[in-house]
Order: sequence, then C-alpha cells, then structure tokens
Amino acid sequence: MADLAARVVIAGAGHAGGSAAAFLRQYGHTGPIALIGDEPLVPYQRPPLSKAWLKGEADAASLAMKPAEWYGDNGCSLYLGLSVVGLDRTARTVSLSDGRSLGYDVLILATGARARTLPLPGADLSGVMALRTAADAEALKAALGPGKRLAVVGGGYVGLEAAASARALGSEAVIIEREERVLARVACPLLSAFFTGYHQSRGVTFELSAGVEGFAGQDGRVTGVRLADGRTLACDAALVGVGAIPNDEIAQAAGLDCKGGILVDAEARTSDPDIFAIGDVTQRPLPLYDRTVRLESVPNALEQAKQAASAITGRPGPAPEVPWFWSDQYDLKLQIAGMPFDADTILVRGDPAAAKFAVFHLKGDWIQAVEAVNAPPEFMMGKSLIGSRKAISREKLADPSVSMKEVAA
Amino acid sequence: MARITYVEHDGTEHIVEVKNGTSVMEGAIKNNVPGIDADCGGACACATCHVYVDAAWDGKTGAKSAMEESMLDFAENVEANSRLSCQIKVTDELDGLVVRLPESQH
Ligand SMILES: Cc1cc2nc3c(=O)[nH]c(=O)nc-3n(C[C@H](O)[C@H](O)[C@H](O)COP(=O)(O)OP(=O)(O)OC[C@H]3O[C@@H](n4cnc5c(N)ncnc54)[C@H](O)[C@@H]3O)c2cc1C
Ligand code: FES
Repeated sequence: MADLAARVVIAGAGHAGGSAAAFLRQYGHTGPIALIGDEPLVPYQRPPLSKAWLKGEADAASLAMKPAEWYGDNGCSLYLGLSVVGLDRTARTVSLSDGRSLGYDVLILATGARARTLPLPGADLSGVMALRTAADAEALKAALGPGKRLAVVGGGYVGLEAAASARALGSEAVIIEREERVLARVACPLLSAFFTGYHQSRGVTFELSAGVEGFAGQDGRVTGVRLADGRTLACDAALVGVGAIPNDEIAQAAGLDCKGGILVDAEARTSDPDIFAIGDVTQRPLPLYDRTVRLESVPNALEQAKQAASAITGRPGPAPEVPWFWSDQYDLKLQIAGMPFDADTILVRGDPAAAKFAVFHLKGDWIQAVEAVNAPPEFMMGKSLIGSRKAISREKLADPSVSMKEVAA
Repeated sequence: MARITYVEHDGTEHIVEVKNGTSVMEGAIKNNVPGIDADCGGACACATCHVYVDAAWDGKTGAKSAMEESMLDFAENVEANSRLSCQIKVTDELDGLVVRLPESQH
C-alpha cells in the first residue's frame, strides 16, 4: 500500500531529483520531501549550458526548473551545497557532509553523472575545464569571446555544441578526437561526416584520430593542447568532454546492485524495495530492445522520475517511452529516437547536402532508431513507429515524395 | 505579467501569474501545473507542451514557426487550435488567456 505521508529523501537535486519532487506533489504525495544537492543551486536544466545559455540567449532564471520559493511553499526542504556521504539501509538514514543525518521511509538516488577527467600532465592548469554544471558553464563562457581560441577534447554532443556556441561568440574552435570520426559512440558515420562538414564550413577545425598527451601552460594557465604527434595546438581554454561517470559510489558502498550505474527495474526501484534510483546514475531496462542501458538524457530523467513518483504514490506507471535526444548546433536541429541495436540496414531519406534528412536504422522492416536533421516529420513518425513496432515498406520510407503519414499508414 | 488559466483534461483549472517574456509552457512548469511535460525545455523538439488555445485568443498568441507546424502535424490529438506552449511568448496582451490541455502528451 502506498503511504502518501511517507518521508521521502531525494539525494541529488538535478533534473531527475527536482522533477521527482514535483511529480510527487502532482500525484498527491503529502509527506515531507527533502532534496539534498551538492551544487548551490535549486534544480536546473543542463541542456542550455552548451547551447542557448552559452550563446547568451537564455538567462539564469530560465534555467531553474522551479523558482526557489516553490520548494518551501510545497513542503520540500532544500539542503543545498551539501553532499550525501553515506547511506545506512538498516537505520534508514542518509548522512550529510555537515554531519547531520536524515531519516527516510523512501529514498530516491538521483546523483547523476560527473564529467570524466583525463589523467594527463597539465590537466590541473586553470583553463582546462569540463562542462557539466552551471559553474562550469560560467567559467567556459568567461573564457570565450572574439579572438579567443577554444580547444575541445572529445567530439561528443556537448563538445560539438560548445564549439558551435564558441563560434557564435566569435571564438576560434578546434575539436580534437581520438577516434577517426566525431560522435563515434552515439551516431552513425554518415551523421558524423555531416556534422564535421557543417562545423568546418563555419570555421571549426578538426584533429581526428589524434591522441592528447597533455596540456601546455604558463603561469598556471593553459596555453595549448599537446598532441601525440608532437604538435601543440595553442588555445586560451581547453574543454574536456570525454564522457561521464555515474555517481553510484554511495549505492555501491551500501550494497545496492550496481553494474555501470545503479541497477533499477521498470519502476525505477533498486535492489532495496525502499530505494529508487533515477536519471543518469541508473542502469535501466529498455524492454523494446531487451537490454539494460545507462542513458544520459532529460527525457530519460523525466520518465524515471515519473516511474518512481508513481510507484511511491501507488499510481499506475507512465506508458513506456521510446528513448530520445536532441541537439542544437547553428541552425541545425538534430532529433534522435530509439537505439540502433541489432540494425541490419541504414537508410537515408532526404538530402544531407540540403541539411534536411533522416537516417533510419532498420532491423528487417522495423525501425530501431532514427537520426533526423531538420526533419521533424521523420523524427515524430519514426519515434512512434519504433514504439509501435509496426513493419514499414523500405521503398516508401526511402522515397521523400511519399509522406511519413503514408509510410506509417 | 499575464494571468493564465490552464485547464487540465479533467476540467481542473490552474490560474497562475506568468512573467512577460517567458513562455506559456514555462508558466505551467514553474507552477507545477500537471499535464504539460516539456521534455525539451522549450527547444521545440518534443511536442510534449501541446495545448489548445481558446478561440478568443486566436490572433494574439503569435504565428507558428515552420518547425512548430511540422512538430504539431505529427503530435497526438491535434486540433485547429493546437499550439506548442513553449512557442507562445507571454505579454500583457495575453492577460486572461485560457489554454486547455490534451489527455496526454505522449
Ligand atoms: C552541457 C550539457 C548539455 C546537455 N544537453 C542535453 C540535451 O540537449 N538533451 C538531453 O536530453 N540531455 C542533455 N544533457 C544531459 C542531461 O542534462 C542529463 O541527462 C540530466 O541532467 C540528468 O539528470 P540527473 O538528475 O540524473 O543528473 P544531474 O542533472 O547531473 O543531477 C545530479 C545532481 O546530483 C548532485 N550530486 C551528485 N552526487 C551527490 C551527492 N553525493 N550528494 C548530493 N548531491 C549529489 C550533482 O552535483 C547534480 O547536481 C546535457 C548535459 C550537459 C552537461
Ligand atoms: S517544450 Fe518541447 S516542444 Fe515545447
């Protein structure tokens, strides 16, 4: 039986944790909610940190998910600037970095992920940075501007977006990638080539298949990135974007099942029935693909926040969603749905040269994933077809003169 | 500042004050109005901020961009008065606006 008066403690006040508090109230939970976060800010959105906010097109107030007063007005106690340092599952308490401990009936772990760092010489120079938090983004923005040179180590989405924003602010940008293409882990080769070309035509330079040996500096400040081939690329700031590591240490120490993140079920419950985990920190089931994955996306954080809040308040869970993601670079809107697992064919619809196309990953006549550039119909209909597992005709899908509605009919 | 009424699918009304320059979607999220998900935070990438705009307000909510049209075209339960609420900017003109929410955003 759900206990609407249960004391809920949420560890991690990010997108997932903040949303869980909001959904609990929407779903009628009346018990006290404590939200503990090691950043000094109320829960905020990270996606604009590499996009609109970095370019100066969005202000800090628009980043916050709820105004600060909302929490107090809605019975949520905020413990900001404090870390959860321990979890005692027998006593049902979490301990905080200031020595206090809080008791819970239900605990939600929403500690997210942190930027992976490079253990290289010079990595501690000032100006060598990551982009995960609002504080990181402030530091990056301060380092950009006309004439400044940004070196991005790692060609993932955050790195590409930061490079696009740097160009918009009048800075030079070079992207250094260890693999032979950018987005190697997360997109197909065609998309990698498209984005590389698009960035190049806007003045970004690329060093592909390039190893980084370390960072050069002067007076404690970075002045360049040293490559394995002996060259040093001069820069005023170096952004390291080489992936993220789940913050699952507390869960591990408390004996919860973890494997590349905290293992959860379709209700976001961990191996302890009184403890849920949501967001980037989880390894979650993806029934559509018969796998577990660790996703790093806002839609995933929101879906799991709803799952946990539903389970806690005794409501039926939300309908399962197709995982999806978006990225904004220059005038490009990239929308990706699904995962290309087990795909046997890649089918391109539309014209990459016109910057309006979609790449479909097919398994037989099923769509497993779609990567759509400035192509909302392909994204929306593709996402729906992925979820419904409806077989499609490859010929129709490949022919842009056949509308997506007709493809799905 | 505009006073905006959000009507949930079951008829529950939420009346909130929304700041000029923000969007009708933000007004709902910042006040925890259920029924608007806004997965993409206003990037016009998700269509989970779908609302129906009351006829009286038709001319005042601004024109739809091609991107919004295109996203809406493929959303569920779309009507002639459907909008993506993240694309409606709040001004004094919108004081009294009423928007209705669809049964589901997914
Ligand atoms: C620059 C950038 C751009 C992005 N762009 C997109 C995008 O376009 N689309 C998209 O879908 N996703 C994007 N993402 C990913 C998205 O922001 C994350 O998936 C989302 O924030 C995950 O939410 P979360 O709550 O799990 O983690 P987080 O938002 O990281 O929140 C976790 C919080 O817990 C805190 N914490 C960790 N350990 C402790 C502890 N022991 N005690 C207390 N607090 C702790 C952390 O400091 C953090 O504040 C982007 C991320 C970044 C960094
Ligand atoms: S919030 Fe995503 S389209 Fe409006």
